[in-house]
Amino acid sequence: MLRDTLLIYRRYLRQTLRTRLAIVFGLLQPILYLTLFGPLLTKISGVRGFGGDAWQVYVPGILVQLGLFSAGFVGFGLIADLRYGVIERLRVTPVHRSALLLGRVLRDLTVLVVQTVALLATAVALGLRAPWTGVAAGVALMLLMAAGVAALSYALALKTRSEDAFAPLLSTALVPLMLLAGIMLPMSLAPRWLDVVSKCTPMRYATDAIRSLFRGDYSGATVAEGVAAVVLLAAVAFAYGTRRFVRENI
Amino acid sequence: MIEAYGLARTFRAKHATVEAVRGVDLQVAAGEIVGFLGPNGAGKTTTTRMLATLLKPTAGTATVAGHDLIAEPAAVRRRIGLVGQSGGTDPGCPVGEELDLQARLHGRTADGERARKLLARLELDGLWDRPAGTLSGGQRRRLDIALGLVHEPALLFLDEPTTGLDPHSRGNLWTHIRRLRDEDGMTIFLTTHYLDEADALCDRILIIDDGEIVASGTPEELKRRVAGDVVTIELDGDPSPAVSAVGAEPAVREVVVTGRVLRLTVEHGDQVMVRLLRALDAAGAQVTAIRLARPTLDDVFLTVTGRSLRDAA
Repeated sequence: MLRDTLLIYRRYLRQTLRTRLAIVFGLLQPILYLTLFGPLLTKISGVRGFGGDAWQVYVPGILVQLGLFSAGFVGFGLIADLRYGVIERLRVTPVHRSALLLGRVLRDLTVLVVQTVALLATAVALGLRAPWTGVAAGVALMLLMAAGVAALSYALALKTRSEDAFAPLLSTALVPLMLLAGIMLPMSLAPRWLDVVSKCTPMRYATDAIRSLFRGDYSGATVAEGVAAVVLLAAVAFAYGTRRFVRENI
Repeated sequence: MIEAYGLARTFRAKHATVEAVRGVDLQVAAGEIVGFLGPNGAGKTTTTRMLATLLKPTAGTATVAGHDLIAEPAAVRRRIGLVGQSGGTDPGCPVGEELDLQARLHGRTADGERARKLLARLELDGLWDRPAGTLSGGQRRRLDIALGLVHEPALLFLDEPTTGLDPHSRGNLWTHIRRLRDEDGMTIFLTTHYLDEADALCDRILIIDDGEIVASGTPEELKRRVAGDVVTIELDGDPSPAVSAVGAEPAVREVVVTGRVLRLTVEHGDQVMVRLLRALDAAGAQVTAIRLARPTLDDVFLTVTGRSLRDAA
């Protein structure tokens, strides 16, 4: 299984390297938000409930945004593969079924790591100061969340099987998730009803946890909740994703 | 090589239930090229996908390449190759890379040498580094076949192998397919809706319509069994002496008279024609033209299903 996963990973990694544009494109939106919106927050950070230094509060949100969108759109690649008949061909080989999913997700995480490094470098240049261990832990949490999102994206792609059906479904799902996670401004500023709705999405816990980590707060309940939410998301996503890859009418 | 009994597949969608395959029995011996002929929607691809372990049958049993289809699908997959209707290559991926991955997934060591030999055999040498999307239609199909052959299967499934190719590429592909049978003793199961392909390529044909096999045999057997040769005779003057003359000939099965044209269904038309001409001459009939038409698989299909394959497609 491991061997198969690595083979699939290598194939899709090579494919990504051939079309380097994809890596840059996924990075574009978060960088824009970071550079063109982030500086606006430095004046507001004094507001009660904001949670501290502007960059320490904002960058975790942007990281989650990157993870969400970068991983959310991976399904398109699978739809293309379905159309070319690649998935069908691979299914007749002895390849382990979950390797088909896992290999792709590993590739997506690799791309995400590259994008994260670029994003963080920009953030530091703009004024982010946070403990390195906190940042690393935050990034790891985001990556796990993204893995779950990617698996769900692939599962949705398998279900819809066409760009026309997949694209609207994806945008309808991603935008609320992004807003409810408290990416732009922390949910601690939200009225009660919004706070409650936000707490139904796993990304909210992830964002709060990463904010904690960026402050150097490793052991609070927030971090624990974030880790639990993300692990649960990934577990459910992979179970569902693998099942769809195995299902007979592909 | 293949033994299937009562293979069936029903698709249940939100609005309708489709019985794509309704109880198909088939036997395929090793080393033969068997064709599955039928109009679009007859159930050819569905049956092929079931036999290739990609689709679970809703009923029936099968033994493919020596292994039970339901119980040992992984073992079946090791011994079969499948070349799908739409191919299976990413246009951006270089030929060599696809072959390499395919070989590794089958547990073969990445032996570049063997892969290159395979490419050479299928007239694809020198294309190792080319992206699959830059290949011509015929080359792309041969690449798909190469990918199906990487693990040296005993049985190869070809789903509509020449659809969309120009006549030259089709003929070329037929030659390659025949060579696989002749040189490697490979068993080939192909589906097609082209009559000429079934006629030219297959040792045996199974005609499928609406999910069931309606006829099977070698192309010759099928043509002889269900239809006869058609001899058309055009006359001058009174047809009655001609009618009685041909009526006396035992090989004539049926005579249809339309004005001064006689349409006879006969057996072994090429031999009977000579006797007919002599009989007509002796009877004093004035024959102005005589034509012989051999039956085609379309005639077979028409006789068995009541529809023409060309119309049904």
